[in-house]
Amino acid sequence: MSNTEPLAIKRVTPKNITDKELFYGHKACAGCGGSLAVRLALKVLGERTFSAFPAGCMAAVGFIYPQMAFKNNSIITTFPGVASMAAGIAAGAKALGLEDYKTVAFAGDGGTADIGFQALSGMIDRNDDVMYICYDNEAYMNTGIQKSGLTPYGTKTTTTPAGTNLPGSVTHKKNLFEIIAAHDIAYAATASIGYPQDFINKVNKAKHIKGTTFIHVYASCPTGWGTPTHTAVEIAKEAVDCGLFYLAEYEDGEFKLNKNPKEFASADEYLKKQGRFRHLTDEDIKLVTDQRDKKWERMRKQWL
Amino acid sequence: MESKNIFLSGDEAVAHGVRLSRPHVIAAYPITPQTITVERLSEMVEAGELNAEYMHVESEHSAISATMGASAVGARTFTASSSQGLLYMTEGLHYASGGRYPIVMMNANRSVALPWSIYGDQRDSLSLLDSGWIQVYVEDAQEALDMTIQAFKIAEHADVLTPMMVNLDGFILTHTYEIVSVPAQEDVDAFLPPFETPNKMCFENPKNMAFSSQPDDNTEFKYQQNVGVLNSIEVLKQVNDEYAEKFGRDYFGMVEEYRCEDAEAVLVTLGSVTGTTRVVVDKMRAEGKKVGLLKIRYMRPFPEKEIMDLVSRVKNIGVIDKDISFGYEGTVYTNVNSAIAKTGLSIFTKNYVGGLGGRDITKAEIEEMFNELLTGKLKKEGEHVEFFNLKVSTDE
Repeated sequence: MSNTEPLAIKRVTPKNITDKELFYGHKACAGCGGSLAVRLALKVLGERTFSAFPAGCMAAVGFIYPQMAFKNNSIITTFPGVASMAAGIAAGAKALGLEDYKTVAFAGDGGTADIGFQALSGMIDRNDDVMYICYDNEAYMNTGIQKSGLTPYGTKTTTTPAGTNLPGSVTHKKNLFEIIAAHDIAYAATASIGYPQDFINKVNKAKHIKGTTFIHVYASCPTGWGTPTHTAVEIAKEAVDCGLFYLAEYEDGEFKLNKNPKEFASADEYLKKQGRFRHLTDEDIKLVTDQRDKKWERMRKQWL
Repeated sequence: MESKNIFLSGDEAVAHGVRLSRPHVIAAYPITPQTITVERLSEMVEAGELNAEYMHVESEHSAISATMGASAVGARTFTASSSQGLLYMTEGLHYASGGRYPIVMMNANRSVALPWSIYGDQRDSLSLLDSGWIQVYVEDAQEALDMTIQAFKIAEHADVLTPMMVNLDGFILTHTYEIVSVPAQEDVDAFLPPFETPNKMCFENPKNMAFSSQPDDNTEFKYQQNVGVLNSIEVLKQVNDEYAEKFGRDYFGMVEEYRCEDAEAVLVTLGSVTGTTRVVVDKMRAEGKKVGLLKIRYMRPFPEKEIMDLVSRVKNIGVIDKDISFGYEGTVYTNVNSAIAKTGLSIFTKNYVGGLGGRDITKAEIEEMFNELLTGKLKKEGEHVEFFNLKVSTDE
């Protein structure tokens, strides 16, 4: 777990986290991991926050006129432009002399790793004072479950159907976290809504860093994954426990593994309980776990 | 403080207009022939002459997105682009006008690929007439500076709150040096007050902006957006008059008529070709020929009333278009004809398409257009749209 916050930062814990909801009354599906990530992050960031969302699930469920779901200043951006629009907000606020506020961009995996990537890369390059949180549910869910650059191998989506010829998605998940770190960003982290305290700690740490920070949070989507809504948090935890996702940080030019399990929980079990992976053969699963093991071998060698 | 006469290109004149308007945020991406504007602005920021956040965005899409973000917290914003870059912004152009963010943009009018061409025509901005931006076209570097300052005042007016594009012809204006009168800062400050808007995110009254609407509401938002642009007709005239009074330069609002009294043939122009046409009008008038010129300044809002009024006084009208809507005619011509049709008068009109991809439009060609218009008859039967100075055979 991440325990690297400087002592000066007050920890946000289940005991002292605010009861105030900043994201409330929206129309997200039951068990939506993305909206949980947004809700928790905004509790940590507080009311003096500008939040920006590209066209996507959170935009679609939170801003239906006249029912606005954000209590803090929030805006829908162009799909490719969440980073640049958030950067513009930060620049405008700075030029106007505003004080004591945070600007945050929230986007899904497609909005981050695909269509929004250029603007995100530009923002990190400029080191604009924006926190960027990517809630990763591993496909374009708002349009109805299509493959994105963060869709893992073997995922059944509506554009990567699993049949007799193809096992679903045949590409592997982009290594987003390390691509972001390669910009030499001040702070980047991965997190999971299955480990909420770790996620909260990381948001809290990024909140106190000036310049661009990035958090990649694994966020389940029962609708797109074919899982029961009441297991949304559990399954996001299992993804970490079976090693198919990982908790890490990049800070001051160094990678750090926050959780290094001696033994992985069963990936087979994690995959088989999801509609999107149920079709996978033993061979497919071996391919997935081999990839996992290779990645972990490298991470352990380089980051520990 | 006195104004200063400085030898400036059109691009540089715009940069001075921006500096004098004191924007909070500038976000722009370089593209020929706009580049000099953003280079000069960067130098002004470096030198401390302009206290703005200059954002080195990685694309035009980000330039428009960033300026929208800044505008959404109440900052005065500027961007600049051209051609391919302007088209790359297209999504953001509609977004900005729908969000009622009064961003000011300079567009260096340039041809659009394919074929590639860095040279001027007006296809880029004319293809975006429906994007909801106010569009003004200028004739020279002085007007470019003056309209940059006026643009902030028009766009930011509470009854308008609509972004505005100041268009100047690539190279012919952007790269040509002229003596430009640059006003004193204190005079511009007195003319252009700081930007105030209720349409912003702030902590006293948090807002959710740029939301989605359902079929029950969407038409009403679009109606109000249309009203905003229509409101600019009065506002831009007031701003023109106030500017004329303060700085001594009057551009007459939506259009400028030049020697149209009792004219038998009038050419409608947009942008820098106006200057060439003025010279031809003077020559032909001296020869006793009744010709005149209508300089369209604003394509949106469109000077419908002004054109309808002119039609009642003149005979034959030609329109020069640095653009062709393939399969039909030049877009300026379509718009002019639509206004004429509403008068119910039967007027002879012809469309001259040229100046594409930077080709010069010569005085001799303009004189030939006037001579045809004076006859009130098409040179070639049925040819209302002519690509003039065409070097391929049209008979094959």
